Amino acid sequence: MSDTWIVLGATSTIAGAFARKLAERGDGLILAGRRMDALDAMATDLTERGASRAEPVSFDARDPGSFAAVLDAAQAAGGTLNVAVFVGSMPEQSAIDADPALVDGVIADSFTGPTRFLTLALPVLEAQGKGTVVGVGSVAGDRGRLGNYVYGAAKAGFATYLSGLRNRLGRAGVHVLTVKPGPVDTAMTRGMEGLPFMAQPEAVADDILRAVAKGTNVLYTKRIWLPIMMVIRAIPERVFKKMEI
Amino acid sequence: MTGWRSETVTGWGRAKRSECQVARPETQSGLPDLSVAAPAIGNRRSYGDAALNDGGKLIDMTGLDRILAFDPEIGEVEVEAGMPLGTLVRLYAPRGWLPAVLPGTGFATVGGAVAMDVHGKNHHKAGSFGDHLTDITLIQQGKARRITPKSGAIWKATLGGLGQTGLIARATLRMKPVSGRAMLVTERRAMNWAEHLRLLDSSKATYVVGWIDCTATGSALGRGIVEEAELTPGLTPPPKTPRKVPFDAPPAALSPPVVRAFNAAYYTRVPAHGRTLVRPLDAFFFPLDKIHDWNRLYGKRGFHQFQCVVPLAQADALRAMLDRIARTGQASPLAVLKRMGPGNGNYLSFPMEGYTLAVDLPNRPQAERLIAALYAMTAEAGGRIYLAKDALADGAVIKAMYPDHAKWLGQVEKADPEGRLATDMIRRLDLRRLP
Ligand SMILES: Cc1cc2nc3c(=O)[nH]c(=O)nc-3n(C[C@H](O)[C@H](O)[C@H](O)COP(=O)(O)OP(=O)(O)OC[C@H]3O[C@@H](n4cnc5c(N)ncnc54)[C@H](O)[C@@H]3O)c2cc1C
Ligand SMILES: NC(=O)c1ccc[n+]([C@@H]2O[C@H](COP(=O)([O-])OP(=O)(O)OC[C@H]3O[C@@H](n4cnc5c(N)ncnc54)[C@H](OP(=O)(O)O)[C@@H]3O)[C@@H](O)[C@H]2O)c1
Repeated sequence: MSDTWIVLGATSTIAGAFARKLAERGDGLILAGRRMDALDAMATDLTERGASRAEPVSFDARDPGSFAAVLDAAQAAGGTLNVAVFVGSMPEQSAIDADPALVDGVIADSFTGPTRFLTLALPVLEAQGKGTVVGVGSVAGDRGRLGNYVYGAAKAGFATYLSGLRNRLGRAGVHVLTVKPGPVDTAMTRGMEGLPFMAQPEAVADDILRAVAKGTNVLYTKRIWLPIMMVIRAIPERVFKKMEI
Repeated sequence: MTGWRSETVTGWGRAKRSECQVARPETQSGLPDLSVAAPAIGNRRSYGDAALNDGGKLIDMTGLDRILAFDPEIGEVEVEAGMPLGTLVRLYAPRGWLPAVLPGTGFATVGGAVAMDVHGKNHHKAGSFGDHLTDITLIQQGKARRITPKSGAIWKATLGGLGQTGLIARATLRMKPVSGRAMLVTERRAMNWAEHLRLLDSSKATYVVGWIDCTATGSALGRGIVEEAELTPGLTPPPKTPRKVPFDAPPAALSPPVVRAFNAAYYTRVPAHGRTLVRPLDAFFFPLDKIHDWNRLYGKRGFHQFQCVVPLAQADALRAMLDRIARTGQASPLAVLKRMGPGNGNYLSFPMEGYTLAVDLPNRPQAERLIAALYAMTAEAGGRIYLAKDALADGAVIKAMYPDHAKWLGQVEKADPEGRLATDMIRRLDLRRLP
């Protein structure tokens, strides 16, 4: 039986590239997201590209009531269950400052929503004893930067959760991969100028699939971000707090 | 919200560049708003300035590359305009369908193929890209409009219409059924110009193209390889991963001695009595796509491609052009000669019955002089220049070559009265005005 992937935040640009690669190898896809019209169009395309199944399911990271149906759809599809989390949102830090209520949404989209979903899926994964969880965090979660530290905090929380989940699920034979992309050329970053080492979504998707195959624990993509973030993490707080990077 | 990014956008020849704000929509729902803001572009495989808008905005359509519907009974596929043709080959050839017309690069998008009404190695049998479409969805001033071959003037103005009749959002291709997943290719040496034409004229094959060694002069002028091909069932080796040209090549990479050696080897690699071999589809249709960014081989200054078509009776004029190219020694390894079938009446479509010659020339002042001379010779011969390749022509000359320009303009003025879809090419050639 083939693999079935739940893709949370399936309308994300990176998820789109990732889903196509899965489709071309014949995997089944549960496309979870908010925009059903976009998901429907995606499902047709992915089926034509070879997906054994492509099923849109309504999912809102801020509405835990929507979670069970996603998992049910995947279980009905059969095959080995895998989960890939791409959901996330990054409003301008200044917008968050102007409207503190935005904090809850940012944390829900990148951290508490996916965490709660994965907690729901955990027994299924554990019982299955195989499969992979891919969680997309960000290099922004490695250090609280002036420009986006609420987003960064949400990604940091998610990364810590994934680390624990890996510890737990690894014992059962399920692999957990944490992905930390640098800037990627997607809807999220259009309009931002001067981002360094920009990656293409297709290249990120390739990196993720390679890391899944190899059983990598934490993937920085592009690779250059691994040494960069090692340096940035090593900067003492008394210096870092004066820096603008 | 639409994000715009500053980008230096170049044509494939890299001789023309422009500073633009580029949006890359990923859903159809954003298109109506964008369609009033700027012209759309595909994968930037046009050589000159057709896909450039210096100081302005562009809508990069490559994020809209979904298959919207496929009818396996008749091989009709509706796709978003950013779909690369090579992807359709990869996805549908194994299922027995092939786009009826394919240009020499699989990166060309459906939108770009519509806007240039592109042709392939089978033009003499299959016509142009637009001859195999059943409908196109345009977005004109924010409103979607579905057009078909029965729509008349707007259809004729859109095929080959340089994107000026509205943003091309999606299109339906009628693919052709194929049994094979490979090409049976016969290669034959043509010793000189006369033999080259004779082989092209007498060929009965579905796909026919001639490769010319532009460095050969005198009695060898026009020598090359004529390639004829048919689809064939057959096993093909797995595709190799594409290679990349990592940086702008030093000027010596394509210097005349290198090109001469390459061409001689290319010629003699085919035995005197010819040979027949099986090639994978992509290697046959898109021979250069294996090397990503090969346009960088020409270095920072880039290059131009000259492509004209002249009527059958003007073959001698074409020979004179080739002679001139060969004698100037502005070596270009890639030159293609092909016999085209009749045109299709679309207002700005390039193909017409005759011979077409395409030659790459490194961008130097003497290349511009040579191309200017070749353009004059083309006009003299009653031929025309292919706008997908042009960066240098004069508007008056182009308008004279395309007698239906006024009809095209009539449709464009209705579709885009404020000229928001104009590109660098449209302005350079002053195409939004009658001569
Ligand atoms: C190696 C190589 C080989 C080639 N071989 C051939 C060949 O054999 N035959 C042939 O005919 N051509 C050939 N070409 C030319 C190429 O097919 C055309 O230039 C084609 O238009 C490129 O498509 P694109 O998607 O890159 O379009 P672009 O170059 O990005 O754009 C071309 C034009 O189409 C317009 N456009 C693009 N998308 C849209 C849209 N969605 N809505 C409205 N307007 C749009 C642009 O404004 C522009 O005017 C070749 C090019 C290369 C590089
Ligand atoms: N792009 C980068 O530079 C970059 C860098 C590092 C990390 N990342 C991370 O990579 C992941 C993918 O992002 P992307 O770059 O592909 O950007 P994107 O296209 O903007 O994707 C974000 C996705 O999250 C979805 N989403 C947001 N809030 C949601 C909610 N409440 N419920 C359901 N779905 C929700 C969006 O859905 P809608 O389509 O409905 O809005 C969209 O599909 C994100 O987690 C992002 O943080 C991106």
